[in-house]
Amino acid sequence: MVKKGSVPVLEVEKLTVSYETERGVYQAVRDISFSVKSHESFGLVGESGSGKSTVALAIVRYLASNGKVTGGNVRFHGTDVYSLPISKLRSFWGSKIGMVYQNPQAALNPTITIGKQLAEMGKTHLGMSDREARQKACEILEMVAMPDPESVIDRYPYQLSGGMLQRCVIAMALITKPELLIMDEPTTGLDVTTQAVILDLIADLQKKFDSAILYITHNLAVVANICDRIGVMYAGNLMEQGTTQQVVAGSKHPYTFKLLECVPRFEHGRKKQLLSVIPGSIPRLDEIPRGCVFAPRCILAERTCSIERPPLIEIGQNHYTSCRLWKRVHELKAVKPEAIADRALEDIPFLKVTGVKKYYPARVKGEGIFGKRKRKYIKSVDGVTLWVNKGRTLGIVGESGSGKTTLARVISGLAGATSGDIELDGEKLGKTIPERKQTQLRKIQMVFQNPETSLNPYHTIAETVGRPITLMGKSNKREIRDRVISLLNAVKLSSHYYSRLPGELSGGEKQRVAIARAFASVPGLIILDEPLSSLDVSVQGSLLNLLIELQLQSATSYIFISHDLAVVQHISDWVVVMYLGHIVEWGDAVKVLKPPFHPYTEALLSAIPVIDSKGVRTRIRLEGSVPSALDIPSGCRFNTRCPRKPGEICRVEEPPWQEGKDDHWIRCHIPMDKLDKLQQPAMDKT
Amino acid sequence: MNGSSDEKSANEDIQVLQDQPKKLTIYWKRLKRQPFAVGGGIIFLFFLLMAIIGPLIVPYNYQAQDIANRLKPPSLAHFYGTDQYGRDVFSRIIVGSRGIFLLGGSGTLLAVIIGATLGLLSGYYGGLSDEVLMRLFDVLLSIPPILLALVLLVTIGPSKPGLILVVALLYLPIEARVMRSMVLSLKMKEFVEAAKIRGEKKLYIWFREILPNTLGSMLVEGSMRFSYAIFLVASLGFLGLGVQPPSPDWGLQINEARGWFSIAPWLLIFPAGTISLLIIAANLMTDGLRHVFYPIGGEI
Amino acid sequence: MLRFTLRRLGFVLLTFLIASLLIFSLTEILPGDVATMVLGRFAAPSALQNLRAKLGLDRPVYIQYISWLSNFVIGKWGVSISTNADVLGLVMHRLRNSGMLALVGCLIYIPPGIFLGIVAAFRRNKWLDQIISMTSLAFIGLPEFVTGVILIAIFAIKLRIFPASSAIDPGASFIKILPQLILPGITIALTNLAYVIRMTRSSTVEVLQTEYVRSAYLKGLRPGYVLRKHVLKNALLPTVTIIAISIAYLIGGLIITESLFSYPGVGRLLLFAISHRDLPLIQATSMLIVLIFSVSNFFADIIYAYLDPRIRYK
Repeated sequence: MVKKGSVPVLEVEKLTVSYETERGVYQAVRDISFSVKSHESFGLVGESGSGKSTVALAIVRYLASNGKVTGGNVRFHGTDVYSLPISKLRSFWGSKIGMVYQNPQAALNPTITIGKQLAEMGKTHLGMSDREARQKACEILEMVAMPDPESVIDRYPYQLSGGMLQRCVIAMALITKPELLIMDEPTTGLDVTTQAVILDLIADLQKKFDSAILYITHNLAVVANICDRIGVMYAGNLMEQGTTQQVVAGSKHPYTFKLLECVPRFEHGRKKQLLSVIPGSIPRLDEIPRGCVFAPRCILAERTCSIERPPLIEIGQNHYTSCRLWKRVHELKAVKPEAIADRALEDIPFLKVTGVKKYYPARVKGEGIFGKRKRKYIKSVDGVTLWVNKGRTLGIVGESGSGKTTLARVISGLAGATSGDIELDGEKLGKTIPERKQTQLRKIQMVFQNPETSLNPYHTIAETVGRPITLMGKSNKREIRDRVISLLNAVKLSSHYYSRLPGELSGGEKQRVAIARAFASVPGLIILDEPLSSLDVSVQGSLLNLLIELQLQSATSYIFISHDLAVVQHISDWVVVMYLGHIVEWGDAVKVLKPPFHPYTEALLSAIPVIDSKGVRTRIRLEGSVPSALDIPSGCRFNTRCPRKPGEICRVEEPPWQEGKDDHWIRCHIPMDKLDKLQQPAMDKT
Repeated sequence: MNGSSDEKSANEDIQVLQDQPKKLTIYWKRLKRQPFAVGGGIIFLFFLLMAIIGPLIVPYNYQAQDIANRLKPPSLAHFYGTDQYGRDVFSRIIVGSRGIFLLGGSGTLLAVIIGATLGLLSGYYGGLSDEVLMRLFDVLLSIPPILLALVLLVTIGPSKPGLILVVALLYLPIEARVMRSMVLSLKMKEFVEAAKIRGEKKLYIWFREILPNTLGSMLVEGSMRFSYAIFLVASLGFLGLGVQPPSPDWGLQINEARGWFSIAPWLLIFPAGTISLLIIAANLMTDGLRHVFYPIGGEI
Repeated sequence: MLRFTLRRLGFVLLTFLIASLLIFSLTEILPGDVATMVLGRFAAPSALQNLRAKLGLDRPVYIQYISWLSNFVIGKWGVSISTNADVLGLVMHRLRNSGMLALVGCLIYIPPGIFLGIVAAFRRNKWLDQIISMTSLAFIGLPEFVTGVILIAIFAIKLRIFPASSAIDPGASFIKILPQLILPGITIALTNLAYVIRMTRSSTVEVLQTEYVRSAYLKGLRPGYVLRKHVLKNALLPTVTIIAISIAYLIGGLIITESLFSYPGVGRLLLFAISHRDLPLIQATSMLIVLIFSVSNFFADIIYAYLDPRIRYK
């Protein structure tokens, strides 16, 4: 990127924001200082509760009515935003400061066409006429690579997909060529492959427009890829700030350092190991530690750390940290995660799924008013065969619409299969729960994605975890109690949690309780459906470790479902990649993620932002979004988006399974050795 | 959109706080910041108490006529004065409150119990019977309530059980709908699915998993419906289709007092004031309950 | 949109059918026999028999229902038992009166209701909102006969501004009877006013809290523009439904208010019919009320759908 004169566009100085809640006044952001210079992109990273979204709203002076800036100031081109009259401020909004939001569906007015919403910008800020503004809207949509802008302009938001809508919001922000563009989690709601396309677009637009960018996200890898400088926030404080290189490669704050370490990443041929984790959890707003906010979770912390809050100090050129022990941060490297002594297990299939299909009937509108309704089916799972060995983990990867969650529901019996067989431990299972015996039900348990709704808010932890034990026929209260406490201890929760209600627990703790409940009935198989994706990164690692440890102790089989390939690879023995109800690739977890891949797997891998991407990675981007499961493309299901499509055959014929070396299968028309050649050179550079 | 990624609102930084502490303390705190609601609740409870023990402690028999003392203005002997037959208005109002609470209350209770049961079963099982029941309720709800009440009362006659039945029938569809919509979302919740997976019986799922989560809403809904029921019962009384004379029905009292207004305004003012006070108190209380259970939004 | 319209129309028909079935069966099991009612208790059995045959009461119930319903549809509403007048003419005359009263009521509550609701939403949790919200909360459940009686007491009896009774001459023009419509108009409007204020406020508050309104402000659009183009259109969508619902309350209110003010409308006619057990009159008035109500709901749905592109293009 070209760095011209670096004038600070935005300066945030000692910003403190408080919220008045029903239980008192809390500071959500404390003493934050940073600046964004022209032509620069600054990434503000933080987990939930870090205050990063509050900072964004405080900058544009649009806090919720119970929020208030109680200290410090925000300057835009040297003018204090908070001393401006509101009418002057309004002339900044939109024209000089543009904003892009997390949820584009919500950020656009549902009853106004895209074109009109875009045209409002031109009319308000550029003094354009209706026609000029519409023309401008078309041009800008073209610039954000919107296919067919002329027709998009007359559509309503609900008629476009999430990725398309985000393009519109970005386009809207860019019409006026703002000097500062604030992007608040712009890709968080999107699928990985769509996220990659939008991130490319942002990087591309950065070159075309001269806007300074403030990029706010929870994803370190994303900012590492597109930002020049990074600020790391934690529990309302700025922990570290510096260039991307300084923060990512030479972090001088224990929090950043550990955060970088606890993200699982791909390593080919690595042994199963535990992740290095940050103990504890993010403090609640009403329990912010008095000293350094990170002290309670910091291995290096000394007595002084928990007494006095450390100031942000400059330790290198433009490199700031708020750790007084920053010189010792490198010591953390010595704490190496232990490799696990894997148990020798015989490969006995515990669960066998054969040719399972799950179709949902859908009513499709016919032609005319009284047109006959055609009976169509949403083919969520369309012929899946797989098996899980005893004590092993099968990882299932796919984007939304791949059918992975439906498959989980079919196996657990929550949704009865349309056809196909499920066999558990040698016994054939009924399709639905009432058709299964109690002894069979006990053997399959599930852990769900959303910890907030996984536990009944009116049941104490003891009731929640104890109930499966009671159902097994145990009635001795003492015995149940002891068992519940030992289960809580197994998931690293103290017995203090015994009589608490879920409302008193954090998300990570709730998920631990859900895991304890799943283990309570001594199951043979636990289906984990995106168990980590609603948790913060620093909490994910310790749960991942916990799951691995529990599996080693109990020889329980897992089905681990996720959209995150890195996490799946980390915990799994076998990996399955699903696309539109089909398995497209399947193999040994350690070996599967190297070429030859299925072109879809290749695209998925390429789409994931990686923190320390050395050299150039293959850049494979998928066009459009996953087709509807109502109208599955003929031939190979992936042919409409496949970047390596060899020819017509893909549209006509369903691809065969090909077996590669080392227990590896893919479903593609391109021969494996040819795929290997196509994919190899790029991977060498990784 | 990717179902797997978490959706956080812009105010995520304070959302972390919500629903954390023990429920009762937070309810109490919210209640304390609703002085109107607390006031309404106290008045309402006072009315309830009067309805229960009032008839035992009233100064006069509500039917005792005393022609010598007819149409006397309020005094220490007769707080609210006397009516055209010399009956004590105060005593009549207090005894009349029992009827209002009895009819409105048991009607609402019946509506809540039957409605909630139908809503639960209908929502849980879904399917054709759910569809048919809900369409039927839609139709019932698209007939003006007072008309339905009148036609029903003409048929079954204006008796106390008849009135209770009418109130119950009128409000049953609404209760069922409210319950059903809650059950529809609750039955998809993961804690219910977890219960199904471990093989819980239906009764356990209904009573232990689903119902506790609906109590707050049903309480709010029921108390709102109750204040409508008072409205309805009193209106029917006014039209002469409620409790029949000589029962001291509030609506009836107001109807009869109209002709005497220029001579004896207290005959009108006190019953009208009392019924207004009760309904306002019930409204304030319901509104407060709503704020206590659903602090954000949910304002109707 | 056409499909949606037809579906809603189908629902109106279904409502009408079920309501007619309900009204028919409820009134059919009325205590007392029509023939006895007409001819008196001491009529000769043969005379009763003849009358029953003449009225078609000796046929099977479902045939009676079908002929009754088809007669209703083609406008043969029969003859009133108690007044011997033609029911259709009687009801239509009263309908015009009720319509005038309802119109006055609507004019009194709809515009201020929407306006105050929006004002309260914009001043959310400020004192102005508190006053509007608390007052409307207090009024929302007050029965018409209480407010009406109080209004009569103050304005008719004490101040003598408006007449207490609204017994108008038949066929009098709207302008001439307007003074007599003011008090009953206010009476039916008050309850609905409170309801419309509260509902408009809550739907406006909801829209004000959406992200698209926030993004509209942060686009630098003028507040007046945001209000008109982004807030009001979305906030008033549910208000269309709210007003349709309030029409239902209005009809209920008419029955009580007309009786209170002795106003010759459909509501009072229904009460008259009920107290005289005048079967054809009860049936006709209730059917008419149901019809008006479902048609107003139908139009509300159609307007809503037209304003909301998400439904319009389905």
